[in-house]
Formats: sequence, C-alpha cells, structure tokens
Amino acid sequence: MATDRQKVVIAVFLSVSFLFYSFYLYFSMPFKGYIKDQEACDGKMVWQHYNCNACHQIYGLGGYLGPDLTNEYSLKGKDVINAFLISGTSTMPVFHMSEKEMNDLVAFLKDVDRTGSADPRTFTIYPNGTIEQ
Amino acid sequence: MELLNNKQPVSSRLFILSGLLLLSAGLIFGLTGMLQYLIPGFLKTHLSFEKIRPLHVSSVVFWIIFAAIGSVTNYVQQHTGRAVYSRLLMKIQWFLFSITTILILISYCIGVFGGREYWEFPPLLALPIIIGWILFIFNFIKSVATFRNQPVYVWMWLTGVVFFLFTFLESYLWVFPYFRNNIVNDMTIQWKSYGSMVGAWNMLIYGCSIFLMEKISGDNKYGHSNIAFALYFTGLFNLMFNWGHHIYTLPSHHFIQYISYTVSMTELVILGRILWKWKSSLSEAKKHFHYIAFRFLVAADWWVFLTLLLAIMMSIPGVNVYTHGTHVTVAHTMGATIGINSFLLLAFAFDILHVNCLGAVPYTKYFSRAFWITNLSLFVFWISLILAGVEKARWLMSANRIPFSSMMLQIRPLFYILFISGFILASALLIIIYPLIKRQFECYFSMMSNTTVSSEAEI
Repeated sequence: MATDRQKVVIAVFLSVSFLFYSFYLYFSMPFKGYIKDQEACDGKMVWQHYNCNACHQIYGLGGYLGPDLTNEYSLKGKDVINAFLISGTSTMPVFHMSEKEMNDLVAFLKDVDRTGSADPRTFTIYPNGTIEQ
Repeated sequence: MELLNNKQPVSSRLFILSGLLLLSAGLIFGLTGMLQYLIPGFLKTHLSFEKIRPLHVSSVVFWIIFAAIGSVTNYVQQHTGRAVYSRLLMKIQWFLFSITTILILISYCIGVFGGREYWEFPPLLALPIIIGWILFIFNFIKSVATFRNQPVYVWMWLTGVVFFLFTFLESYLWVFPYFRNNIVNDMTIQWKSYGSMVGAWNMLIYGCSIFLMEKISGDNKYGHSNIAFALYFTGLFNLMFNWGHHIYTLPSHHFIQYISYTVSMTELVILGRILWKWKSSLSEAKKHFHYIAFRFLVAADWWVFLTLLLAIMMSIPGVNVYTHGTHVTVAHTMGATIGINSFLLLAFAFDILHVNCLGAVPYTKYFSRAFWITNLSLFVFWISLILAGVEKARWLMSANRIPFSSMMLQIRPLFYILFISGFILASALLIIIYPLIKRQFECYFSMMSNTTVSSEAEI
C-alpha cells in the first residue's frame, strides 16, 4: 500500500503543476495586450447587466433559447441587431435600453465578431481527433 | 433549529434541509423555464427567461453546495467520532450562505445579474460566500485534526474544499479589466474556473459516497486501498487539467485543447473500472437494496456510467465540434447534476435525516414507485435532450441553414417530451423529498411545544 509520504508527493506534484499552468495562462492570455475601445468595454457590461447569456451563446457557450451571437454583427449587421433590441421577439422582452446602451452592445458584438468564427462548418477536423479553426 | 435534535450534529442537518428546500425551488424554476420554451411569451413581462434561468441554476447549484457541506460535516464527525471543531463557525457559515442565497434569488427577480455563464450573481454577493467557505475550510481541517493515515475520502474532502475556494476566486478574475478586456481571454479563464469548480464539488460528493458505501457494507478496506487512491489521483488530475473540453471551439491557445484532450482520455480508466466491477456491484446492490440511501447510490452508479460515456465522447475535439452549443451538452449537465450529484446527495440526505426526534420517516409504497419513476423519467429526459442536440447539430452543420426560429419549431416535439418527462421527474423527486422535509419541521415544532422525544432520536 502506498505510504502517506508517496501520496503527498503525488498531490504536491499535481498541485504545483496546476498552479504553474494557471499562472502561465494568466500571464500569457490568448489575446495578450489586446485593448478594445471604451464603447466595446461598456458593451460587455451591458451584455452582463441584461444577462443576455441566459438565452444567447457566444462561441457556443450560453443559453439555448436564442441564437449564437458570436458572428451576428458580420452576418446581420448593426441595423438588424438594433431592430431586435428595440422590438424584442415573441420570447425576448423589450429591455428599453438607452441609445448609448444599444450602441455599446453593438460595439461589443462587433468586437466579439473580430475574434474569430463560431461556425463549426469552418473547422478542420484531423484524424487524431483534434480540430483547428 | 438547534432544537431539531440535541444528540445529532444539528448544524449539518440544517445545511441538508436548506439544500432540499433549494432543490424543490430549483425544480419548480426549471419547469417554468421549460414552459417558456413551449409557450413563447409565457411570464415574459415579469419573469422572463433571463431571470428564470439563473433562478433555476443558482437554486440547484446551492442545493448541491448546501447538501455537500452538510454531508461532509456530518460524515467527518462520524469518521472522527468527535463533534465538529466549532458549531458556532458552522452556524455563522449557514447564516452567511442562507442570507446570501436569498439575496441572490431576490436580485434575479428584480433584474440584477452578474451576467456570467452559468453560475452568476452580482460580485458583491460573492464576498459572504468566500468568507463562509474559509470558515468551512478552517472548521474542516480543525475537525479532522490529523491527516496521517487517513482514508481516501478525507483526502477527497480536503481537495474539494481547497479547490472550490481557488476556483471560486478565479471565477471572479473577470472583475479586473486585464482578464475581461477580450472575450476569448475572459471565456478561457471563466471556463477554466467553472470546469474545475464542478470537479471540486464532485470531490466532496464522491468522498461522501465512498464513506457511506463503507458504512453500509461495514467494510472499510476500500478507503485505504491503492486502487481507491489511484482513482482519486486520476479524478484530481482531471479536475486540474481537463476543463479545456468546454472551450475547444474558442480561438484560444492550441495547447489547452491538446492537454485537455489527453487528460480527459484518462477517464477511460474510471470507465473501465466501472465495467470491471459491474458484476460484483450488482450482487452488492441486491444485498443492500432495502436501504433507501443505498438505492440512490446504485442509481448514481448507472448515471456515472452513462454520463462518463457521454463526457468522454464530448472530450474528443472532433466529436465536440458537433455537440458543442447543442442540447447534448445540456444532457451531460443534467445527467451529472441530477443523476449523479443529486442522487448521491439524496442518498446522504436519507442516511442523515431519515431518523430524527420523531423517529424514522415513514416510507410507503409511494417511495418505491417514485424512485423508479424518477429514474425512468430522467432517462427519457436525457435521451430527449440528446436527440434535440443531434437535431441542432444537423442544423449547425447544414450547408443551407434555415432560420434559428424555424429550427426551434422543428425540434418542438422533443421539447414537449422534455417538458412531460421533466414534469414527471420533478413530481417524483418532490414526492420523495417531501416527507423528509416535512418530518424535519414537525420535529422542530414538536420540540418547540415540548412534546415527547422518541428514543430513536439517538442514532
């Protein structure tokens, strides 16, 4: 049977590796040094303030009641997004956003759109099971 | 509530009782959310989906957390044979958690959100949870006293309490602009923390299940065995490094995908172990099936198998491309939170709360029926979600996509099945837990009015 000492060695090794991995990620973010404009920053907070994630997804993560909005800006454009925000839909309430909030939210979606594609049809699947965008 | 039973670790029972009430609320919010899928505009004015979803998610997550804390604290006392280090700290923790949970649920109702996917609330309300959790860690470590020659479940509890705090703190790194200034950076850290957080509470729950299994079987060899520790370290390895399978499709670092894919495949060892032990597990099940708690342990075993099978498939990036963002992911979540987490926590709840100052909770033929209905309806619910996910995946991959709303209309028949099976599942679960909750309150009121206390109160 493994001794306490052996178990502690394994646990410490795993924990140190985990911490190294965590801090490595914190200091080498995928989009390091990326600065977005203030409008898009504010738009992110509008997105969170109205809990848009409850119904919509970004990169396939979020709710399932509404569509994924990662590339909505390039697919539909600012005017269509604004129309939805103003009128709502049968399931989406009208949030009565101010003009600034709507502009910020659109700027945020434009910013998200720039980061990549969430369309799985554009992905390459390799025989070893890995994928690439 | 202190009077519930002065011979029992009361505070731990209070945590579990609070958890059961939150589970009941979570089931009702879940059904309401399902209705909003079927009846567009249902409660849209005052309780629209962006409110109902967090109400459902947070109620259920808090059920898991409350019940896990209660179970760990109770079993630590049974394991050491001593009372918890400080009952006062436990009460403070319960008070902090209860008030915060109520405030969080109220904040959703009035439209104040944290706006994160999936467990979210205003950051200020995270502070009492952090303080309460630190108290829990301190109390747990002091209660265990020594970590020499401890069985695997004590290691799992220690891992769970420490990693929950780490991942919870990590999930709030977004409050710093450095982490949130880009959506990909933000989502990478967010899913790193949430992916591992689930692993952390699983450590608490699986640790309790090993303790309970040993208690029922009367054989405590497994907890010290090499295989138990090998599986524990495999679980810990996955907790730390397999979270990347949530974000394969995010344009993040490639190494996250490779590490996560490789680490996730080590779960095949756990799957193999389940299949290897299947026959002996079945004979064990037949022997102890009369115990209510044991039935839930057996049911959870089946759900571990099904959920792990699905999880391993989804951890292959090439398969994940098809399932990501579809209801297959929801099927996995429901299998894990209901079939595994909730069933195991119900096993602990029955083990701990079944006997109180009024004696044993009377269980009738209804319980047995409700138990089987719960499992069958959950299976139908799970399969419907997978089918809905397959339909959505077909839509996502089709060359000429029809509008999103048309796709949702096409899979509506599956949503009807989901609602019906969900309704039956929720009803059966409520039938199961209602007598347990009722008896705790009856005990409390009988103690308040000084009625005779049954000698069965002392387990």
